[in-house]
Amino acid sequence: MQQALQHLVNGTILGGTYALLGIGLTLIFGVMRVVNFTHGELYAFGAYMAYGLVALLRLDFYLSLLLATLLGTALGAAIELLLLRPLRRADIDSVMLAMIGAALVLQNANMWAWGGVAKLVPSPFAGTPLVFGPVSVMPLRLFVLGISCALLVGFWLLLERTRAGIAMRATFQDAETASLMGVRVGWVSTATFAIGSGLAAAAGALLGPVFMVSPTMGDLVGLKAFAIVILGGLGNLPGAVIGGFALGYVEEFGGGFLSTEYRDAFGFLLIILVLAVRPQGLVALKERVG
Amino acid sequence: MSALLGWGFVAAMAALPLVMPDPYLLAVLTSAGIFIIGAISLNLLLGYTGQLSLGHAAFFGLGAYASALTSLGFDIGIGFGHRLRLEPQPVAVGFLAAILVSGCFGWLLGRLAFRIRGAYFVIITICFAQVLRMVALNWVELTQGPMALVGIPPFALWLPGRGVVELYAKNQTYWLVLGVAVLAFLVVRQIVHSRIGRALVALRENETLARSVGIRVTHYLVIATVVSAAIAGAAGSLFAHYVRIVDPDVFLFIYTVTMVIMVITGGKGTLWGPVVGGLIFGPLPDMLRGSAPPEAQWIAYGLAMILLVMFLPRGIVPAVAGWLPARRAAAPLPAPAPSPVQGGAG
Repeated sequence: MQQALQHLVNGTILGGTYALLGIGLTLIFGVMRVVNFTHGELYAFGAYMAYGLVALLRLDFYLSLLLATLLGTALGAAIELLLLRPLRRADIDSVMLAMIGAALVLQNANMWAWGGVAKLVPSPFAGTPLVFGPVSVMPLRLFVLGISCALLVGFWLLLERTRAGIAMRATFQDAETASLMGVRVGWVSTATFAIGSGLAAAAGALLGPVFMVSPTMGDLVGLKAFAIVILGGLGNLPGAVIGGFALGYVEEFGGGFLSTEYRDAFGFLLIILVLAVRPQGLVALKERVG
Repeated sequence: MSALLGWGFVAAMAALPLVMPDPYLLAVLTSAGIFIIGAISLNLLLGYTGQLSLGHAAFFGLGAYASALTSLGFDIGIGFGHRLRLEPQPVAVGFLAAILVSGCFGWLLGRLAFRIRGAYFVIITICFAQVLRMVALNWVELTQGPMALVGIPPFALWLPGRGVVELYAKNQTYWLVLGVAVLAFLVVRQIVHSRIGRALVALRENETLARSVGIRVTHYLVIATVVSAAIAGAAGSLFAHYVRIVDPDVFLFIYTVTMVIMVITGGKGTLWGPVVGGLIFGPLPDMLRGSAPPEAQWIAYGLAMILLVMFLPRGIVPAVAGWLPARRAAAPLPAPAPSPVQGGAG
């Protein structure tokens, strides 16, 4: 029971960052109909930027996280303008191939720039865990959870309460009608891709001090982001948050009680299972894609 | 491309070791040939059914493991105190096992995955390869995990008058790979030109219409997946006995990407596309090895993929066929136009 409580806490913390990853990916799919294979690489980019700023440039930890997120946002905007905008009229498969190409470039650029050795982002938090009765948690992880939740709430406010958010949601529902209503769909796409990428980079920068940063980590994380999004249904925002926490719990409990070695495989098995049984996702009511 | 030209090309490739017996060149072409076989099989799915299958390395890796394990033998516990044992078998049995195992998994994935389309299909195929990689990494009793399967015997063929001969020499493996490649090409051509192939193209172009005229869409898609997986398994088997070491990295996405790049460069949905693309991208890693780090090679692959999608979306073979108006009658099937089935957005 105590062990279960501990796993619940760990799963929640992991789930928060997974939700950040998932929400960016699902927003990009919903607004732009783009299957974003670079998402995991932006996560890696965020983590490496955090490492570079904290460990090499010796900037303030919190400032570095913010800068890493902003740099990720900028990179996302650049990808949208240079790659996706010219391919606006191409079919979904061609865009997928181009995005895979972009992911290859980003991943190997990381490998080239930083080398293959895993790095750890130094953090100012104490190394001793806080103990709350039966569970203990590292202060750093609590900070990660707090920031993830703050970003999720901030993102929700952006979507619900601002003009840009309304334009985004309108494009999400029906791009053509939105453009007839005067929404500049092109810029909404750029903003969406930039924000989604920024969220991925933020997740990477937040987890950089928790886990090791390595050049190929984007692969696994990218696939996990897909797992999260599929759990909730592609293009479903609340679904992505639920999917993020669901994957966090599945990994944490599966890793704790079933098998540590297959921890990372649970997510993929879950996707295959979900797609075989309920292709539209666990929470989505929308019809399947394609 | 006319049949005469095709056979002329095969004859030229077959004569190459006699004219230029350079072992380095033959080694490069042999490994390129193995991936060309993979690309030929992928083309059946990617080009003719229009399904972007990004887990093709799964079948390639399954074939490699099946073949290696059959020829090495294994002894594993299967629970409840029982053990499953296999004595080392001849390499030819391993080759057949590779085809069989990959084909079976192709059937499984086909049944499972073709209920869904578009982005979901792509993701399920990627996950399939990832799960297999995890199994290969963690089922140490069977696969040796990250320590890899080593000491895999080389290919052996029964030759008239000489009995069973192990193929150590570069030119012998080269001819073997060439032979399997020609076989794979002929199998795919046969399917494409048959009733099945026409059904596949029909559903690629317009699935709803194909369904409405009574084409059993899932049935044909599963057939295509099984054949494609089986050929990829054969390529994996060749890989295992050529490199003679198999580790879980054969399931890496990178291998799928290599095959995908070959297919789209040459021209998906054309019989010669994977061959042309494979002859360009197959030897590239070896040629770049001396002058640039491997990262640079993958960056070049990534950029090539982006540029191709932007500027030559149909690939080289259809483009060349278009430049030669006289040959147009003999040109391969037209490349897939963006159709609602493929586009799959709504």
